[in-house]
Amino acid sequence: MNNKIKKLIPQILTILFVVLIFGFFTMNAQVNMDNRGIDFGFGFLKQEASFDMQFTLLDYDGQDSYAWAYVVALLNTLLVSFLGIIFCTILGVIIGVARLSQNFLIKNSAAWYVEFFRNIPLLLQIFFWYYAALRALPLPETAEPWFGVTYMTIKGYYIPSMIWENLNVFLSCLIAAIVSIIFIRIYARKLQEREGKQLPVFYISIGLLIILPMLSFLIGGVKLDFELPVLKQLAQTSFIFEGGIALPPELIALVVALSLYTSTFVAECVRAGIQGISKGQKEAAASVGLNPNQILKLVIMPQALRIIIPPTTNQYLNLTKNSSLAAAIAYPDLVLVFAGTALMQTGKAIEIVGITMLTYLTISLSIAALMNWYNKRIEIKEK
Amino acid sequence: MNISLSKIKTSNPITNIYIGSFLLSLAIFDVFVYSFFNLNITSFLPGNLNLFFPLIIGFIGLSFIRMEYSGIKLVDNINKHINPSNFNALLTLLIIFTVLKAIPPALSWMVLDANISGDTKAACTGTGACWTYIKVWFKRFMYGMYPNELHWRINSAFILVIALGFVGYFFKENLKKYLALYYVVIYPIIAFLIIYYLISGGSFGLVWVETGAWGGLSLTFIVSFFCLIFCFPLGMILALGRRSNLPAVKYVSICYIEFWRGVPLITVLFMSSVMFPMFLPEDFFMDKLVRVIIAITLFEAAYCAEVIRGGLQALPRGQYDAAKSLGMGYWKMHIFVILPQALKLVIPGIANTFLALVKDTPLIFVVGLAEIAGMLALAKTNPKWLGFAMEGYIFAAIIFWIICYAMSKYSYNLEQKYKTER
Repeated sequence: MNNKIKKLIPQILTILFVVLIFGFFTMNAQVNMDNRGIDFGFGFLKQEASFDMQFTLLDYDGQDSYAWAYVVALLNTLLVSFLGIIFCTILGVIIGVARLSQNFLIKNSAAWYVEFFRNIPLLLQIFFWYYAALRALPLPETAEPWFGVTYMTIKGYYIPSMIWENLNVFLSCLIAAIVSIIFIRIYARKLQEREGKQLPVFYISIGLLIILPMLSFLIGGVKLDFELPVLKQLAQTSFIFEGGIALPPELIALVVALSLYTSTFVAECVRAGIQGISKGQKEAAASVGLNPNQILKLVIMPQALRIIIPPTTNQYLNLTKNSSLAAAIAYPDLVLVFAGTALMQTGKAIEIVGITMLTYLTISLSIAALMNWYNKRIEIKEK
Repeated sequence: MNISLSKIKTSNPITNIYIGSFLLSLAIFDVFVYSFFNLNITSFLPGNLNLFFPLIIGFIGLSFIRMEYSGIKLVDNINKHINPSNFNALLTLLIIFTVLKAIPPALSWMVLDANISGDTKAACTGTGACWTYIKVWFKRFMYGMYPNELHWRINSAFILVIALGFVGYFFKENLKKYLALYYVVIYPIIAFLIIYYLISGGSFGLVWVETGAWGGLSLTFIVSFFCLIFCFPLGMILALGRRSNLPAVKYVSICYIEFWRGVPLITVLFMSSVMFPMFLPEDFFMDKLVRVIIAITLFEAAYCAEVIRGGLQALPRGQYDAAKSLGMGYWKMHIFVILPQALKLVIPGIANTFLALVKDTPLIFVVGLAEIAGMLALAKTNPKWLGFAMEGYIFAAIIFWIICYAMSKYSYNLEQKYKTER
């Protein structure tokens, strides 16, 4: 009995503390909002947003609602994170492997790359790319084409856009190819377990991925045209590119800075993962008679990935959270559009900051939950 | 002579070494002359071949040199470290050539064509960097808008705080047990008082300087310093809470930690500047800097808690069991047995958290505090000094790089030290 009370008191105190703080804040908020004539509620989401965004993935103009502005801004955030994750993975894996190279020069340049980009605050890197590096680019009229069709100018990066006919046929072909590859893989594994035969799964997969979409062009009536960016004169000294897709400099600066910064952390994860596999594993696999490719695919990678993936996902999460620095260079992401412009216009501080934080929290927690599930699944079950 | 690119054999390896090193030095000489003196000694070759000539020559040279054992120390070292295979040889050449190509423009921009004399923009005539800009704005980048003649107050406050931080080293043996008390309770209070009375002023005959005038690198230090000393005790409580077996305490701690770890710092800062005033009583005014420090402390405490939890988990169970078997209660066990050991384990982790904190502080710029990134933005848009963004950001990057690199090396050394001590 005595023991029970001993355990109960601190818990009750904790809960009381939390309740009191929340109560205090709510009470103050109520009084403050009454005084300023603001009411709490999410009705404003349906109102007309009446501000413009420079760069959107979906159709958006000032007449749309705040809710739609939220969705469009969230998509912009996700776009930056997505691009950043792809580039930082590619860079990070290369650098991580290079740090383990036997070549003295490669090893050291990779190490310096990591030390250099990791120790400069991300915000300064973003500023550097946006305000200093990208401002040194040529004006549209003097820009030299890169690869013949793309133009890197001070106003952004112009690339050709694709104009599809019967896009859905093409996409369904692609999906069909992927589904059949999955089935072939399952079948190949079964075949190997049952009869010990090996199918050249890799070549079959590549063949399918090329042939099926090709067929859609030949038979399915799919057509692909490119719309090239063309220089257009607006006034005596003002030129602009028309057509194609324009990637704004904010997006480029953000993606470059985020991927360079995060790739250093990914590189460290990759290095730790590969170093974490003992040499004995390799030797054991070789003595069983596997060839170097099989050793990498069947023995090293599955174990290394188990070490690499959880911290790397953490870095991806950090990248997504860091993408909110977009607000500092006016890239229309969730924080700038919603916690910045929309908040200024409506004055609904509590609701809007709450929604913004909840959005990031949802992304983080769902990925963390996914990771926990994955970790449980791949955990080595020791007795 | 039998030429196979993977290994070239002749009867006399010395001949190979001579030919190889001649070709290699020719390639490097070509690139060197071209990048430093702008002389193209291979201009007689047609277009593309001209471009790839040093690469090809160097590659062939390296494959001549490559051999199992030559007896010459330098050649063997080259073969082992930078020339073990064709692929590595190619990468080696690429790295050497990139460095050679990059040095002259970087050198001429940063040093040879740069200006540092004079006090106005007019002094910058060269094509290189304008360090005059940094020189003129240096005090602003360091101290923000803090009045020039009062800079000694910031300097002396920092020196005092740092000196007090080292006091622990000189504690006598019988005072050692109060070390933790000193660092966790007394030191933060003294530091706060020093910074409040010396930098803020307002009493003892010192002029009051409002926090809006604080800025530059010194503000970065003030913010990160306070956040560190405040987030540490909070993080400790949360870490203990998360490992507690009382469900209410445990879940409150988990919710707190996961919430702050799940949101980006920038939204936390927005919260501190627009949402937080709504939660306070009407007539209660809180300075913007204080609000920002509170917000970052709450945020950082969650990360700190996870680091400390790592240390608590790393302790063997036997320590807990032994302490309990001596009849120690929860608090006695933690204060005298668990925490002293666990905290020692987490010092490198805390140093890393602090490093992340220092790297995060430029963010306070988004809520209008002019720390170094803010001062750079201000200087960049000054009509008298337009067009020097590059110099400013490079300067700030160098400063931060030195601070962060030194700290990361220090924490790495600590880690190695404690690893061997255990």
